[in-house]
Amino acid sequence: MGVLQLIVSGLANGCVYGLIAMGFVLIYKATEAVNFAQGDFMMLGAFICLGLTNPQFMGLPFWVSVPIAIAIMGAFGYALDLVVLRRMFGQSQIAIVILTIALGFVLRFAAGVIWGHEPVSLVTPMAGKNVHFGGLVLGASEVAVIVVTVVLTGLLYLYFNRTKLGVAMQASSQNQLAAYYMGIPVKRIHSLIWALSGMTAAVAGILFASKGSIDPSIGLLGIKAFAAAVIGGFGSLPGALLGGIIVGLIEPFSGRYMPSGYSQIMPYLLLFLILIFRPHGILAQVHAKKV
Amino acid sequence: MSLLELENVTLRFGGLTAVSEVSFSVEEGEVFALVGPNGAGKSTIFNLISRIYTPAEGDIRFDGKSILDRKPHDIARLGIARTFQNIELFDQATVMQNLLVGRHRHRHSRMWSELLFTPFVRSEERRHREAIEKVIDFLDLQAYRDKYIAGLPYGVRKVVEMGRALAIEPRLLLLDEPASGLSVEETQDVAFWVEDIKKQMGVTVLMVEHDMHLVASVSDRVLALADGKMLAMGTPHEVQNHPKVVEAYIGVADEHEKVLA
Amino acid sequence: MRTVFKTSYDADINLFRHKQQFGWYLALLLIAVALPLLLSTFALGEATNVLIWAIACMGLMILVGQSGQASLGHAAFLAIGCYANVLMQQRLGLPFLVTFPLAGLIAGIAGALIALPMTKLHGIYLAIGTIAITILVEDFIVLAAPLTNGVIGLIPPPITIFGLTIDRYSTPNTLYYLTLGITLLVVLAYRNLQRSPLGRSFAAIRDSEISAQAMGVNVARTKAVAFGISTGITGLAGALMGHYAGIFNNETFNLIISIQLLLAIVIGGLGSIHGAFFGAAIVALLPQTIAFARDILGSLVGGGSIAIPGMEAAIFGLILILFILFEPMGIYGRWVKIRTYFELFPFYRRDMFRRQKAYLKTERMR
Repeated sequence: MGVLQLIVSGLANGCVYGLIAMGFVLIYKATEAVNFAQGDFMMLGAFICLGLTNPQFMGLPFWVSVPIAIAIMGAFGYALDLVVLRRMFGQSQIAIVILTIALGFVLRFAAGVIWGHEPVSLVTPMAGKNVHFGGLVLGASEVAVIVVTVVLTGLLYLYFNRTKLGVAMQASSQNQLAAYYMGIPVKRIHSLIWALSGMTAAVAGILFASKGSIDPSIGLLGIKAFAAAVIGGFGSLPGALLGGIIVGLIEPFSGRYMPSGYSQIMPYLLLFLILIFRPHGILAQVHAKKV
Repeated sequence: MSLLELENVTLRFGGLTAVSEVSFSVEEGEVFALVGPNGAGKSTIFNLISRIYTPAEGDIRFDGKSILDRKPHDIARLGIARTFQNIELFDQATVMQNLLVGRHRHRHSRMWSELLFTPFVRSEERRHREAIEKVIDFLDLQAYRDKYIAGLPYGVRKVVEMGRALAIEPRLLLLDEPASGLSVEETQDVAFWVEDIKKQMGVTVLMVEHDMHLVASVSDRVLALADGKMLAMGTPHEVQNHPKVVEAYIGVADEHEKVLA
Repeated sequence: MRTVFKTSYDADINLFRHKQQFGWYLALLLIAVALPLLLSTFALGEATNVLIWAIACMGLMILVGQSGQASLGHAAFLAIGCYANVLMQQRLGLPFLVTFPLAGLIAGIAGALIALPMTKLHGIYLAIGTIAITILVEDFIVLAAPLTNGVIGLIPPPITIFGLTIDRYSTPNTLYYLTLGITLLVVLAYRNLQRSPLGRSFAAIRDSEISAQAMGVNVARTKAVAFGISTGITGLAGALMGHYAGIFNNETFNLIISIQLLLAIVIGGLGSIHGAFFGAAIVALLPQTIAFARDILGSLVGGGSIAIPGMEAAIFGLILILFILFEPMGIYGRWVKIRTYFELFPFYRRDMFRRQKAYLKTERMR
């Protein structure tokens, strides 16, 4: 594989990590909770789309199942917050982390029961096709991943910083009580953000599934995405994408240029170094508290 | 030689100068108050003394020696104790346990002997508990001894905050707005306690306070600050009537108002 | 809620608040000692497993419950303790009585060293750091294959103390008593920690770092010490796990185990020794209970037993979700509430243990 091929496939992977990482950051920016099940959300989104598209399940056209899958995951996120997380209102961060970890276990099991544990491939119109770009031949799936990710990131960034709802979400994460006083419906906003995060995860899942085969354990990618979010900066959406891309690129390059066995640990080594020297990530967003 | 000396201390947060060329000294055994409008830099000065911040210029000396090379957790061992404006008590612990942490400065046992709980550790524990009983008696906290902080009313928490600082057995006590949020009776209690701390315990008190009655009744000297700069220093009476202080608090009559008056 | 009339400082310092409490725990100890006579060999093996997990849970509990630092990486220290113990026996020929405490010491020092650069991290960042640690240690075991036998794993020799061979299958009773003894020592150390200045400094940095500093507590060093003690105890548990399991490799102590430890202590009840034991019981006994239930269901329904991968983890997760939603104080919390209900009957008030509702304030401004 040429270096360019490595870059493109690394970028494509990185975009998926970045999207999952953005899902983390969305929820964190709005509710200061960390959703450890984000990777499993992605897995669920992928499988729902697969369940709708693939001939052995429902066999709907791809471009019909994609919006349906995204909508279902959005509703799932909203319902999850409504039913489960509202009860945890005001509890510590760690409690929610632990809850979502446990949730991940349950989702993984449920997916295995519904769709089986064997690897399956999503049937997409881009499968196997190539894109010719100025003399280069690139996989259509991978290019699609990169393009969709960039567009989505831009949209989310604009949403958070320019729209009223986005700013309200930021406010409710920084000081819940003050947000209430300002008339912001904090609980409903939380549910909306979980819905948004679910939809982002669905997009990530569909994109990932279009590149290769999937099985219920792909949710564990979430851990790498988590590392990516930290590397890029946990409070920042572009940072999450940046972190994802970094991790995505490190993997294939360290796999080629370093002794075997070291490529897997490179992302975590980088994570550890970042935590020590620049804990709030590359695009940090933390201020000092006045005592 | 003064107990505490600040010399030309300046601190900047980016473009904002929080404290600008502040110099004063606190003599042993006196009660010294820092007053001024909000944002004057009073709590910042406390944070400088506690070594949470490091001044950009100037020196801070305790007992003649500069403390600028000390870490924040060394300050208690020197004999400087402080309370916090927004009450930083240990919420998940009882009053007793909070006060006992105040005895950390006097801890002589080490990790391994504590894990084994040797007789030495036990006798040290007794000694610590006896010491904090004195603080509990002084502040009348007997009823709250085994109560968790999380359930206590604000006024009691403020008293526990002071007690925890006293448990250090300090030479210098920094009180950050000891009367804020307290009722009239509770404020009077604070006044009595500050008097007793000064006279009975011989502890020097440096106090930030907005309540001018309290300041006037217990302080020996007062320093007024505004926008990080010194305005006036002297007895409470001198400072209260100083024209610059009046201007900072109340303002200067402008041409329009002079005509009406 | 009984009121104790105290006449000396020792009443506060002592391990037991009053004679009756001492009596209860003495009875518990007697039952524990008599267990080999009451249970079958298989059940006794399970009990030994519960005790080993309890030691591991207590290790994590010290860190999370006492000093308020979250760790999703303790499986790494189980691994360090386990490998150190066995490698020292195999390669250096040292006896168990030497390697066991040394393994704990090594795990403890490793933990303290790893914690030092991470002392400035809080909450979620610390948890992430510990995840990175687990994954790095897991991979390191594979990379250092010449030393650790990599993915093939190691088989620990049977424990030999003064010529007496202790092994899970040939001498289950002796192994149980050995584990029980070690567990009691750990409990004692934990209780001593709670009533000493060191334990109080842990609680101080948990609740307010800035005022702990003002009281003279060296926050960074205390955090590292907390980590060290916690990982040391966990390392001891790991060493025992190695002997109990009979064989282990890099997969034995993976991230899932770390997560299970954390889930266990939350289910058990955060902040108490009882919680560690309850949580350990759930983790250690869950696989057997599920197998048991599956057999019963299978015989009722008529079909064979259904083996679905991930079911244990899912059920564990479900139990945790239910607890966090409905009983955040864990099993021990519920036990305390029930006991208080009976002690105060009929004056028990419904919201006695209700925590004050706290509104979230951002941790990004610290």
